[in-house]
Amino acid sequence: MLEQIEGSHAVAKAIALSRPEVISAYPITPQTHIVEDLGTMVKAGEIENCQFMLVESEFGALSACIGSSAAGARSYTATSSQGMLFMMEAVYNASGMGLPIVMTVGNRAIGAPINIWNDWSDSMSARDSGWLQLFAENNQESVDVHIQAFRLAEELSMPVMVCMDGFILTHAYAQVDIPDQAQVDEFLPPFQPRQVLDPAAPLSMGAMVGPEAFTEVRYLAHHKQVEALEIIPKQATEFEAIFGRDSGGLIKSFEADGAETVVVTMGSVIGTMKEVLAGMREDGISIGAVTIRSFRPFPREALREALKDAKRVIVFEKSVAVGMGGIVAMNLRTALQDFPILVHSVIGGLGGRPITRDNLRRMFEKGIRDQLDEPHFHDIHMDVVNREIEREKAECRSGAVAENILNDVGVVAAAKAI
Amino acid sequence: MVEVSETKQKIKFYQTGTLTAGNRLLDEGHRSVQATIDRSNSLDSGHRACQGCGEALGARYAIDAAMRATNNQLIAANATGCLEVFTTPYPETAWSIPWIHSLFGNAAAVAGGIAAAMKAKGREDVRVIAQGGDGGTTDIGFGCMSGMFDRNDDVLYICYNNQAYMNTGVQRSSATPGAARTATTMPVGEEPGNEFGTGKNMPLIAMAHQIPYVATASVHDLHDLEHKVTKAMSFHGSRYIEIYVPCPLGWGSKPGQTITIARLAVETGMFPLFEAENGNLVGVTKIRHQQPVEEYLKLQRRFAHVFKKGNESQLEALQVIADNNIERFDLMSRGKR
Repeated sequence: MLEQIEGSHAVAKAIALSRPEVISAYPITPQTHIVEDLGTMVKAGEIENCQFMLVESEFGALSACIGSSAAGARSYTATSSQGMLFMMEAVYNASGMGLPIVMTVGNRAIGAPINIWNDWSDSMSARDSGWLQLFAENNQESVDVHIQAFRLAEELSMPVMVCMDGFILTHAYAQVDIPDQAQVDEFLPPFQPRQVLDPAAPLSMGAMVGPEAFTEVRYLAHHKQVEALEIIPKQATEFEAIFGRDSGGLIKSFEADGAETVVVTMGSVIGTMKEVLAGMREDGISIGAVTIRSFRPFPREALREALKDAKRVIVFEKSVAVGMGGIVAMNLRTALQDFPILVHSVIGGLGGRPITRDNLRRMFEKGIRDQLDEPHFHDIHMDVVNREIEREKAECRSGAVAENILNDVGVVAAAKAI
Repeated sequence: MVEVSETKQKIKFYQTGTLTAGNRLLDEGHRSVQATIDRSNSLDSGHRACQGCGEALGARYAIDAAMRATNNQLIAANATGCLEVFTTPYPETAWSIPWIHSLFGNAAAVAGGIAAAMKAKGREDVRVIAQGGDGGTTDIGFGCMSGMFDRNDDVLYICYNNQAYMNTGVQRSSATPGAARTATTMPVGEEPGNEFGTGKNMPLIAMAHQIPYVATASVHDLHDLEHKVTKAMSFHGSRYIEIYVPCPLGWGSKPGQTITIARLAVETGMFPLFEAENGNLVGVTKIRHQQPVEEYLKLQRRFAHVFKKGNESQLEALQVIADNNIERFDLMSRGKR
C-alpha cells in the first residue's frame, strides 16, 4: 500500500512484517524512530510473539540479540554512529558465531568532534567484521532490503547490516509502498537456526579454538560472503517476482554502459547525482554511474563487468581511511587492478556536509579532465585548513582544532564577503 | 530445605576439627548423601580446573541444583574467564547443558536475550542462568548486569567470586579485598597489596536494584548453596547469587585447604552469608564462634605481608572489616560473642 511516510517509520513497518521475535534497542547514541515505533507496536500487541528489550547500552543491545538469536529467535536491533562503535566487540562476536541478526545502521559520523549528521564512518568501521553490509538508495529500497536481509542472514547463518543514510533517508518523508503481510510471508520463511540452545539437544556455543582451527573458521566466514554474491541477486529476482519491484541486488547501473566516465557511489547520494549526470550528458559528456548496493560482500565481478569499458572511474564516498584515502576507492582499485582504468578517489559529505548539484558538477568536470588530487576531499575549505596548519606551526598550545576551524570559517567567510 | 533423592545412600560422615554439627546429628532430610547415578552432572569430569578449584566445585553444585529445580530445562550463558576456559576449549566441553560463551562483559545481556527468546516462543519453562567470575561481574560486566536487573529479566546471575582476575594471571578486580597481593597490587611500597577503601560490594548493589532474590553462598557449605540456588529458581525475574570460591593458584593456598579457607572466610566475618528478597535482608547464616582473621589470612600467601613487622595496621584493618560485617549483618548467634 502506498504511503507518504518517514523512512524510519517505513522501516519499522518492514521489520514488523518480517515477524521478529526479539527486538532490543538502546535509545540514543544515536537512534532513529525505528525502534520507538517497534516498541509501540510490540506493546500494543501488533507484532505476534515478539519481545522488546530496553537495554542499558548498544553493547547490551547487540549482546541481547546474540543470546536471543542463539536461542533460535529472529532478532533485530538498530544503531548508528557512536553506538555502533560501543557495540563493536559484540559485532565481531555475532558474525564469528554465525548468528543471523539483522541490524539497521542509520549511517552517521563518528566523533570527536561530536557530530550527529550523516556519513558512513560507522558502518565502514565494521566492514571487515564478517557482517554483510547492504546500502539502500532510498526509503523504498530500505524497506525492501530489510525484508531481504532476514532471509539472506538466515540462509547464510550470518548477520546482515542494512545501511541507510542517517537523516537523508531515516528522517525524510517519501512515498513508500509498504508490502502486505501475505507477500512478506511468501518471501520470508520462518527462521530455521543452524545451531540453537535447546535443553533437548545440548551444545556448547562460542568456545575457544586455537591456531589449528582459526584460519579455517575465518576462511568460512569469507566463503559465506562469496556465497552471498550468488544468493543476493537470486533473492532480488525472487523479490521482484512477488513484490513487483527491482530492489536490492549487488549493484545498479545508471546509464553506465558505454560511458567514458563512470561515477561509483553508494547510498542515497545517487539521487542528486542522477540529475547532475543527466545534465552533463545533455551537454555531450559521456558519463554514467553505478551504485554499490552490497558493500560486503564486495561485488568484484559485477563491478568489473559494469566498468570494463570505462576510461575513468570517479569513486564518491562519505568515508575516509585516514592516512590512506577513500575506502570504497581502495576496494574498487583492487577489483579493477588489471584494467587500464584511472580511478579517482573523492571523499565528501563528511559529518553531513551538504552535497549539492553545483558542487558535484564542478567536481565531476575536474574529474573528467583528470585534475582531481589523490585523494580528493570534496568541497573542502583549504584556506581554513591552511590557517590551522600555520597556527599549529607557530604556537605550541594552539588550542582545540575543531573550535579553531569553526572560528576560522567565520573569519574567512567574512574576509571573502569584503 | 534440601531435597534429597529417594535413592540416597547414607554415608558415615564425621567432621573433625570444625565446629560444624556432624552428619549423624542432623535429621534425615539434611544429611549429606552420596551422589546417585541419575545426578545430572551438568559440569562433567575431565575439565581443566586446577586442583582445589573452588569455582569448579561451586559451579557444579550450583548448576546441578538449578537443573533439579527446573526439571533439566536450563540454558547457561557464560562470561569469559576461568570457568569458560577450563570447561571448554573446542572440541571438548565439560557442559552437558546448552551453554553459550559470547564475551567477557555481556553474559547478563546474552542471558536476558535468551530469556526473551524463550518468552517469545512460549517456552517459559526453560530457565536461564548467567555466570561469570568477579571480574566479569563487578568490572567489565557491570553495565550489562545492572541493565538485566533493571529490566528484571528472568535470569539467575551467579558470580563465582575468587576476588581477582585469575585466568589472566591474578590481577586485581573491584572484588579484591584490602591488602591482598595480586599481579597489579604487589606487596611493595607504603601500603603493600591492594588499597583499603576501594572495591565494590556486588550483593548489596544487586539488592539496591530491588530484584526478587539475592544471596551469598560459600563452597564450604554446599547444602546451603544448593538450597539458595533451588530457592532462587522458585522466583521469576532477576536473581543474583554470589558464591565464595577460593582459588589456590591466585591466593597462594594449598589445594586441600579450599574448604577450610571458605569456611574461615565465613566464620571470621570476612564473607557474610545472607539472603535478601526484593531488596530486603531476610536471613543470615549465624556464626557461633567468631574466628580471628589471622586464622583465615595465614593460609593464603596473598596476605603473607600483613604478618610482617610494620604492617600491623593492615592486619587490624582486615579485622575491622570482619567485625563491621558481623555488626552490620548481625551475624553472631545470641550470647556467643
